[in-house]
Amino acid sequence: MRANFIFSEVWIGLRRNLTMTIAVIVTVAVGMALLGVGMMINSQVSKLTGFWTDKVELSVYLCTKNAPFEPCKNKGTVTQEEKASLKQTIEALPDVERVQFENQAEAYKHFQETESNRTLLSVTKAEDMPESFRVKLKDPDKAEAVAASLKGQPGVSNVVNERDLLESVFGFMDKLRYMALGIAALMLFAAILLIGNTVRLSAYNRRRETGIMRLVGASNIYIQLPFVMEGLIAGLIGGVLSGVILIIVKVFIFESIQTYMAAPLGWDTVAGVITATMAIGVLICVLASFVTLRRYLRV
Amino acid sequence: MIHFDNVTKVYTNQNRPALDHVSVDVDKGEFVFLVGPSGSGKSTFLRLVLKEERPNSGSIHVAGKDLSKLSNFKVPHLRRRIGCVFQDFRLLPNKNVYENVAFALEVIGKPRRFIRKVVPEVIELVGLEGKAHRMPEELSGGEQQRVAMARAFVNRPMILLADEPTGNIDPATSIGIMKVLDRINRTGTTVLMATHDAAIVDSMRKRVVELEDGKIVRDQSRGVYGQAY
Repeated sequence: MRANFIFSEVWIGLRRNLTMTIAVIVTVAVGMALLGVGMMINSQVSKLTGFWTDKVELSVYLCTKNAPFEPCKNKGTVTQEEKASLKQTIEALPDVERVQFENQAEAYKHFQETESNRTLLSVTKAEDMPESFRVKLKDPDKAEAVAASLKGQPGVSNVVNERDLLESVFGFMDKLRYMALGIAALMLFAAILLIGNTVRLSAYNRRRETGIMRLVGASNIYIQLPFVMEGLIAGLIGGVLSGVILIIVKVFIFESIQTYMAAPLGWDTVAGVITATMAIGVLICVLASFVTLRRYLRV
Repeated sequence: MIHFDNVTKVYTNQNRPALDHVSVDVDKGEFVFLVGPSGSGKSTFLRLVLKEERPNSGSIHVAGKDLSKLSNFKVPHLRRRIGCVFQDFRLLPNKNVYENVAFALEVIGKPRRFIRKVVPEVIELVGLEGKAHRMPEELSGGEQQRVAMARAFVNRPMILLADEPTGNIDPATSIGIMKVLDRINRTGTTVLMATHDAAIVDSMRKRVVELEDGKIVRDQSRGVYGQAY
């Protein structure tokens, strides 16, 4: 088998169907990039989940003077006795690992650190901040039950499972991921059809050559290889482009939201994702060429 | 060399068989004309020899191989032992004479040194010396057919199949083509030629197998074309 013969055939084939080749490359690039983004979101979410699950706490907020919560109505600020008995109750619960009290000054400091809304910052005073117990659980999955048992206690305004807050963020990322994966699947489908069409065109363009090759006894692989190589090269170029897109996505999107994400996505993950998407892209292109070849090229 | 035993071929969607219980034997080194009107089964016969089609019943042996037992994987190897020439030449228009002939060897993976040696020899054998670098469009029909014959013969096949090789060529030029076929036959290659050309068949005085409606109606050594046409 002569390599330069095959390569000149491949080159001729790609050039003859230049527009189709470009269409294949672009579709593969976009499809693979979306697949890669889906995978990157995926690993970002699992990283974040792992990071936050260790830190999740229940916040048991106590009544303040003008607290709008139903249990605090007409009762005023929580009393010292209520606080003491509440602390005992919480500590007595079997699932609780430790309890920490946060007073108004600490809460205000915390608030000032995390809140970015200036108007809200300027009108909020330390007295407005609720006191709270920060409850760390042995098993984060028991949070619902513990929250329910504490909700009715005197002096408690509200119990917030911080995990619920995170879940809404994760839910949003999940939606993004499914959208990216869904579009990627559509693009891959389009890429397969396009490759099929390209192979059909180039089989038609080269019917003289392949007919003669068949007649003089060229082996099937020799006849088919140039077509499969066309698919492979188009897939490879598309894969490289998708790699470039993924690097751009990492630098401009993931890097910029990392300020809010305590667990940043590393370059090793990105490299893994790029390798995986390129491999999938090339594999799909080669398979699609091979399958359509069987239909349009008699051997 | 070619052995048909009770071969029947019916194409799908057709009621009438293209070949109907055909039995024929062609020995090594023979020159056989396959004659008969259009649709009598000549081309089907040639396609069956190449295993481009499979018979519905009966068995075919070519070059000592039972074609029904030959796996698809091995069909290319069968075809390397069979050369083919057609009415429409089937040359590659973007390759010159030398490249067209060399193509047949390149695609079966022959080494370049071998190709450089044998291609000029074959070009000379078919009488095209000095025209190796012409493009097909610069050649006459007869010359193009000589290129096709050179390509068919360059791999020294055991069998040469010719499907109306003189169909597109004027009678005077046809004689030259027949001389080349005869020369190829003399090297020991079995030649099987399907044709309509009565003058050629009559002048060559070779074995004639006549087909009509898929049946062999005549098998005559040193025969003539017949009177009906």
